[in-house]
Amino acid sequence: MKNTLRQVFHSPKFVGGFSIFMVILVILFIYPLINPGDPLEMIGVGTFAEPGIYVSMYDATKTDYETLRLPDAGDKRVAAALKEEDRVAMVEWFTVMEIDISELDITDTDALLDLWSEHYDESIKPKGMTMAKRNYYKRLNRSLADLRAGDTIIIAEENEEGVLEQTDKITATDYVRVGAVANVKLLPLGTDNFGRDVLKQLVSATGTSIIIGLIAGTVATLIGLTLGLLSGYLGGFVDDFIMFVTNVFTVIPGFVLLILISYSIGQDQRGASVVAVVIGLTSWTWTCRSVRSQVISLRNRDHVNLSKLSGHSLFRIVMTDILPYIASYVVMAFILQVSSGILSEAQLSLLGLGPKTTETATLGLMMNWAMLYSAHTNGSWWAYFPVILTITLISFSLNLMNTGLDQVFNPTLRD
Amino acid sequence: MNEDRIVESKDFTNAPLCLSGRGVTKVFGIGDKKTVAVDHVDFDFHVGEFVSIVGESGSGKTTLSKMLLGLLNHTEGEILFMGQPRDISTGKKKKEYWKGIQAIFQDPFSSFNTFQKIDTVLLDCINMRGGKHLSKEKKIEMMTEACSFVNLKFAELTNKYPFELSGGQMQRLMIARIFLLKPKILLADEPTSMVDACSRATILDMLLQLRDEVGMTIIFITHDIGLAYYISDTVYIMEHGKFVEYGKADEVILKPQAAYTKRLISDVPKIHEEWDLSTVDLLAK
Repeated sequence: MKNTLRQVFHSPKFVGGFSIFMVILVILFIYPLINPGDPLEMIGVGTFAEPGIYVSMYDATKTDYETLRLPDAGDKRVAAALKEEDRVAMVEWFTVMEIDISELDITDTDALLDLWSEHYDESIKPKGMTMAKRNYYKRLNRSLADLRAGDTIIIAEENEEGVLEQTDKITATDYVRVGAVANVKLLPLGTDNFGRDVLKQLVSATGTSIIIGLIAGTVATLIGLTLGLLSGYLGGFVDDFIMFVTNVFTVIPGFVLLILISYSIGQDQRGASVVAVVIGLTSWTWTCRSVRSQVISLRNRDHVNLSKLSGHSLFRIVMTDILPYIASYVVMAFILQVSSGILSEAQLSLLGLGPKTTETATLGLMMNWAMLYSAHTNGSWWAYFPVILTITLISFSLNLMNTGLDQVFNPTLRD
Repeated sequence: MNEDRIVESKDFTNAPLCLSGRGVTKVFGIGDKKTVAVDHVDFDFHVGEFVSIVGESGSGKTTLSKMLLGLLNHTEGEILFMGQPRDISTGKKKKEYWKGIQAIFQDPFSSFNTFQKIDTVLLDCINMRGGKHLSKEKKIEMMTEACSFVNLKFAELTNKYPFELSGGQMQRLMIARIFLLKPKILLADEPTSMVDACSRATILDMLLQLRDEVGMTIIFITHDIGLAYYISDTVYIMEHGKFVEYGKADEVILKPQAAYTKRLISDVPKIHEEWDLSTVDLLAK
């Protein structure tokens, strides 16, 4: 046993997979300690806030500030304020004015603005340009000028008489330290469609999905192992009957069965653990088949015959003379079942047949929500891409562990 | 040739019967794929007899031995144990039957459960003989005695796993097991074919000792007719699931009647003599 474990932990594939899985598990335990609270709390009002550091504007104005005279501050401000459509509109203006823009790079703010101040004139009325368009150019020009000048923002509050009174002003050279602002929120993966912190939700969903995978894997392995042992060891009628049931389950695609059962359970009863059990109940067949074939090859071995001759009971023979010999195989099958359980949950949830819950998130549900609110079409990659990556990492690590174990237990596969 | 024998072969014709069969048959498969492994064999094994069943690979020796042990059901015929029709219909009756008949298998390496310590194997035997309630000291004494019978030291074996032993040691441990169980019949299915010549002699010697000291009937299954002649009282020659010839070892081997027996005898390689391969043609026919 000790020797086997040593061998297992010397297999680079197993160690690789095991490390990835352990890192995921450690994050699952540590992250909620750093960032406690309800993972499904709706902190944002809008949908799909981009990932980043959010600084409270209100608190920033109330924070003591320093004066920093940075030479490129103005340019940066303009570059950030100049939107893609404004840039395109500016290029349009140059085209109308028949200016050579063959060497102009639309992302080069400096060149664009130089060209703009050189050629734009409010008084020019290009042929065929609507009034609205001309007014748009006027506004654009004015705001660009304002941004470059770095106007002062005046903060005014109502006094006792209800009259606005200037209390403070912010100039372009005023800076606050981020650490000094009372409210700064880091959203490494932004928010989702309901304004919930995606990273926090992802950590909690990964935990739930792994638990679903473990329950599904345990159920599937237990059923498959028991039926496989009985069928393989007893043979005869029991074998025929169990194989008939197994074949029926094998012929009907497991996923169809999964969908039908999930649908018939009804939305209200479908909690995470119910879905896990249903996944387990539909995926035991291949474990059963492979355990059976292993047992058949074992049951006529001399040590089993000797055990029979020693008068041992069926239960004891199965537990001591057969199970230990297939234990390594069962462990590998279990790992694969966990992996496929997690994937099945994701598939089911994506179809909307997964756990019906508003209290817990699962990886599949996160993808389902992202899909329902068209995260993939409006470019909100943070709502679904990290989920896919997590599912991939979990499956990858489990499969890697499985391959590593396979190589240890099956020496013909070693490279 | 007679002086090669280490024991005088005795006549057991009038000794009491312990295991006999009438028309015992085993058929595997059905329809076109039917294979008759054992074909209507009759036999009478007597108490204290050393019987050898000799035949080539595939002649049905192992199938017959499994039927005798009750690990395989026979398709036809009747097996009598101690003069009574054998009844192993329930688990309890089987357990009772196995107190009377035990086996040693060919491959010592696959005969033991590699996950169980040697102590467990021997303790199981004591428990089977109704020694469950005995004190620990008494059990250790019994195990030590059994081990010393086969020239092994129990103190060195305790807490070891079977795979830590050599093939010869494992096979001797098997005999120690039989020594503890003291069955009426021991079925030895090619117990010496996987061990070296030196261990082979020791094992055969131990089997003879078991026969003489405990009064066991030994059914020795082998492909080696020379070996069978060397130790047995009675020899059964098996070909294609049938006994083609049987009788006292001296009679069968020194005056063979069946062509198959003659061939088996001529196939035994002899040192200092040219190997006679002329009879190999028989195989082709």
